Amino acid sequence: MTPVEQLADVAPEPGVSKPDPILVVDDVSRAFGGLKAVDVDHLEVQRGVITALIGPNGAGKTTFFNLLTGFDQPDSGTAVFDGEIASGKSSHELARKGMVRTFQLTKALTKLSVVENMKLGATHQRGEHFFAALVSPLWNAQERDIESRADALLERFKLDHMRDEYAGTMSGGQRKLLEMARSLMADPTLVMLDEPMAGVNPALTQSLLEHVKSLRHEGITVMFVEHDMDVVRDISDWVVVMAEGQIIAEGPPDTIGSNQQVIDAYLGSHHDSALDLDAGLLDEEKP
Amino acid sequence: MSLAAIDWGFILTQSVTQAFDFNAVVYALAAIGLNIHFGYAGLLNFGQVGFVAMGAYGMGLSITLWQLNPFLAVVVGMIFAAIFALILGLPTLRLRSDYLAIVTIAAAEIVRLIARSTVMRPITRGAEGLNEFIGPFRDLSPFSPGQIYGIGPIEWRGSQFFAVVVGWILVALSLLLVAQLMRSPWGRVVKAIREDEDAARALGKNAYWYKLQALILGGVIGGLGGMVQALGNATVQPDFFVAPLTFFFWLVLILGGVGRVWAPVFGAVVYWFMITFIQNTGRQLVDEGLIPTSIMDTSQIDQIRFWIVGAALALLMVFRPQGFFGSREEMALDAR
Ligand SMILES: Nc1ncnc2c1ncn2[C@@H]1O[C@H](COP(=O)(O)OP(=O)(O)OP(=O)(O)O)[C@@H](O)[C@H]1O
Ligand SMILES: [Mg+2]
Repeated sequence: MTPVEQLADVAPEPGVSKPDPILVVDDVSRAFGGLKAVDVDHLEVQRGVITALIGPNGAGKTTFFNLLTGFDQPDSGTAVFDGEIASGKSSHELARKGMVRTFQLTKALTKLSVVENMKLGATHQRGEHFFAALVSPLWNAQERDIESRADALLERFKLDHMRDEYAGTMSGGQRKLLEMARSLMADPTLVMLDEPMAGVNPALTQSLLEHVKSLRHEGITVMFVEHDMDVVRDISDWVVVMAEGQIIAEGPPDTIGSNQQVIDAYLGSHHDSALDLDAGLLDEEKP
Repeated sequence: MSLAAIDWGFILTQSVTQAFDFNAVVYALAAIGLNIHFGYAGLLNFGQVGFVAMGAYGMGLSITLWQLNPFLAVVVGMIFAAIFALILGLPTLRLRSDYLAIVTIAAAEIVRLIARSTVMRPITRGAEGLNEFIGPFRDLSPFSPGQIYGIGPIEWRGSQFFAVVVGWILVALSLLLVAQLMRSPWGRVVKAIREDEDAARALGKNAYWYKLQALILGGVIGGLGGMVQALGNATVQPDFFVAPLTFFFWLVLILGGVGRVWAPVFGAVVYWFMITFIQNTGRQLVDEGLIPTSIMDTSQIDQIRFWIVGAALALLMVFRPQGFFGSREEMALDAR
């Protein structure tokens, strides 16, 4: 049974357990002053599928990502990634273990060339050690390997024509592409994409979506934050809904829109009609 | 009273000599260190003179206090600078970049004040400074102290020529080191951290550790500058290491162009040429009566040359903000 098929038997309830979770979160909370930005009782993320994390602005999605990836530390609770305790670990350690993220506000390294940006993503580089760096023969061969991997990915993301340009000369959408391609250089087992399509033009969105789907084929688990419900329905296998820091619903993408709690969270508690996703009601939540 | 009386040959010889003298080497090494800090790793160090002092005192004390041999003394000087980097970096490099900047300004002054304090007199000889360390180095020197060495009209006494030669060798080695590091994956990580530390961390790079390495490396190279100063002046005095010196190192770096391997050396040479040229020309103009003493006398030239250098730097920033070697293209990326 494929990971996606396994999800068919999972009940659409918040905090439900999955057959093969890569990430298990327990009681994770984070408060900013009096505001509880994240307060998650239990969440499991199925291995090998695409999970969407949705929720209104300020729901705590980015904060939750920060907590999981070591960019922020939770006030309480634990996260287990691939069988190992992840909470308390620093961001670079988690990245080396295969949990690689991108940022809502893109972080292209503007004064490095596009291909250098890509090469940076590769982990376990011998030439990154100070003394080894002084002796080129120790890392030349590996560097060539990394470079050909980088070139292959650039081609796949249709960025090869910008290979030697400064990343700072790229458009916003191209930077999103670069950041995603760069994260793949790190050979991740779990990629966490924070609004990968935000600000990307529709034509480019389509190709980004194809790339995200192709990750699933390679056995990479994807968790991504997205506001556009069309996108969510198109590529995700499972949807997790966050509101006011809590997980309020989970389920397959085609039924999540009719969940009363989700409707309440997005529109206030006085609506009773199912969300008209095609009309793009949720799009209004876009920043 | 005429322009013809001005001895341009003398002025040029003086200026070129100063441009390649050991003082220029001290500035070049300190600025190479700053270039690693700021140009490549994005660290704001406003106390580079503290590292220079640590190098000089480490080397001097190794001989006056512990009677080590000169080669070990140089190693100890480097270790002193590295320890200074650890003291400054360990607590601050996890925080925002401003914290390092604040701490370095204060720390450099603390080094100087401790070295010249009365309690430290038995060790550092207070304000008088260290002198006796120079003997073992003189013994190493292939040049006889009294003799004149040089190329054409550019001449040094044997005692100082040793510092000049050793100094330029150190500059060459430092440049090779920087060039190699910055084309290696290590350099790529360091530059990435300069651009965006979080992006580097998200890709598995331990930003804190790399910043610490960069701080140590740039500090140790600054420390070598301190040792060249000690050799050239045959003394290590606390009041050489005053806070404004750091800003001259910055000037030299910005003049050359931040983040370029060669730039700090070029900046140091041009700076010392300009300073000497202005000073000598001004002095002769006053002596010849071409500038009346009611406007300026010779004793004021020392101050006025800095005004002129300051004005020149301001003009450079207007017309060539990237410095001589910097890249305008890179600079334009900041505006996007
Ligand atoms: N560093 C911080 N200090 C104080 N409050 C914060 C901080 N970061 C986030 N918050 C607050 O936590 C809440 C959740 O923010 P978060 O950025 O996680 O939302 P989000 O779900 O990612 O929203 P969006 O969809 O707009 O990106 C918000 O109310 C925000 O104001
Ligand atoms: Mg967000």
